[in-house]
Amino acid sequence: MVSSKNKQDGLSVSERIEKNKQSNSSTAFVEKLVPKLLLLCATLSVLVTLGILYTLLSETFTFFNEVSVIEFFTSTHWNPWRDSYGILSLISGTLLITVTAMIIAIPLGVASAIFLSEYASDKVRRMLKPILEVLAGIPTVVYGFFALTFVTPMLDKIIPGLSFFNALSAGIVVGIMIVPMVASLTEDAMGAVPNVLREGAMALGATRLETTVKVVIPAALSGIVASFALAMSRAIGETMIVAIAAGATPKFSFDPTQSIQTMTGYIVQVSTGDVSYGSTIYYSIYAVGTTLFVFTLIMNLLAQYISRRFREEY
Amino acid sequence: MADTKSSVFNVKDLNLWYGDNQALYDINMDIKENDVTAIIGPSGCGKSTYVKTLNRMVETVPVVKTSGEIEYRGKNIFDKNYLVEDLRTKVGMVFQKPNPFPKSIYENIVYGPKIHGIKDKKTLDQIVEKSLKGAALWDEVKDRLHENAYGLSGGQQQRVCIARCLAIEPDVILMDEPTSALDPISTLKVEELIQELKKDYSIVIVTHNMQQAARISDKTAFFLSGELVEYTDTNTLFSNPTDKRTEDYITGRFG
Repeated sequence: MVSSKNKQDGLSVSERIEKNKQSNSSTAFVEKLVPKLLLLCATLSVLVTLGILYTLLSETFTFFNEVSVIEFFTSTHWNPWRDSYGILSLISGTLLITVTAMIIAIPLGVASAIFLSEYASDKVRRMLKPILEVLAGIPTVVYGFFALTFVTPMLDKIIPGLSFFNALSAGIVVGIMIVPMVASLTEDAMGAVPNVLREGAMALGATRLETTVKVVIPAALSGIVASFALAMSRAIGETMIVAIAAGATPKFSFDPTQSIQTMTGYIVQVSTGDVSYGSTIYYSIYAVGTTLFVFTLIMNLLAQYISRRFREEY
Repeated sequence: MADTKSSVFNVKDLNLWYGDNQALYDINMDIKENDVTAIIGPSGCGKSTYVKTLNRMVETVPVVKTSGEIEYRGKNIFDKNYLVEDLRTKVGMVFQKPNPFPKSIYENIVYGPKIHGIKDKKTLDQIVEKSLKGAALWDEVKDRLHENAYGLSGGQQQRVCIARCLAIEPDVILMDEPTSALDPISTLKVEELIQELKKDYSIVIVTHNMQQAARISDKTAFFLSGELVEYTDTNTLFSNPTDKRTEDYITGRFG
């Protein structure tokens, strides 16, 4: 029995490994240290979140010392300069933008994702996907001007009585802005569906469309729904486009042709104006901010619930 | 078969639970140096669990509990001060499905030596050639060492995994049904390879193929429902089993 183990400098590989292990006592120390550092980083982001929450809540509390909670949540008039704080006007503005945006983003995004994931050849996909992703990199202020100077004049020709600042145009453009997000995340979810499932359906004589609709999409549904929720959070929180193109007229209405104001739009308006520190108006932006925060939080929780509920195990 | 060989593993009263389900019952077994030890038994009998316990890979399942001892070269591997990484450096493993890294063949082989501090190019090149020759793959891949290992056939991928294991020159190689995903020709190559490897290594192989166990192993252990029913020389076990259950199994009456 001749050992054929590798010899080098008189030592075999296993002997060299043994020697390295003995001389390398720092490895164990690093292995112990790294998880602690990682935990620290994870804790840090939690702490920052808590910090933000603390600021929001403490200032909101001050606000509600001056304004009644009931008025805040039930009144439909929002005019801080005349001491009327009814956030429903701002919420209706935000919802108007969000719904319009989702009406645009969901069909466009899912359709692009289906095409990219199930139909496009490799070459086409390689060309289209980066272009789609460029859309996500455009600064929102550019989108704002696109809404104001391109989309609004176009809509004006179709819809009579459209006001210059309006929810429709801003909503459409917010929708366009989040299309790449929906498309990209949905495509990832569909791409993660194993090919054996597609083959299983096709082997039963299903067409490509039947396979996509009945097998791939259900299998990817949790990821797809999660992408909707993320996109919706993004639409609710979108600021620049609505500040530029949707106007600054808080109004409890669901007419998209009119000028409205969203929660984010109001915060911008106050932050950029000359409101004195410590006034009720100053504190009102925290109350609005908290409401916005609760909105997105509910959205995220809902998305988590839905994606767990619809998860197909494979 | 001479029992004068020294033991690699001494397993003493090993019990293992997945949560509340007991998977192994009071296993006692000595595994000898330079033997090919085959472990056979029907699906779910605990043979894979057992072989994964030998290098503590079974602990990647968080709910696993064990009792008893496994001595590797005289030291209890469940000892608190026993470094599991050291154990796995000495006790290599080849899995059921080939699992090369999605890197080049060369990178696959040198991964182990590199993490253990061997860095000079010349040695690494030698290790690659040596390991691939050891895995009977060198002639097939020597001109495309820098191509992705996933471009190879299943049988070749499995031999890359064996070569990857050989590269750090372990003492023992555990194989968990290494040929179950391979075609007959690739299986034959891996079996021939095992015969070559036993000159330098101790091998423990789980197989659901009894002919394979009979062809390649020196000793065979028959597991049933988490118990070690019979463990003896392969020839004896297949020609003259002492336990009725072993006889039923090897004659194909169940399982």
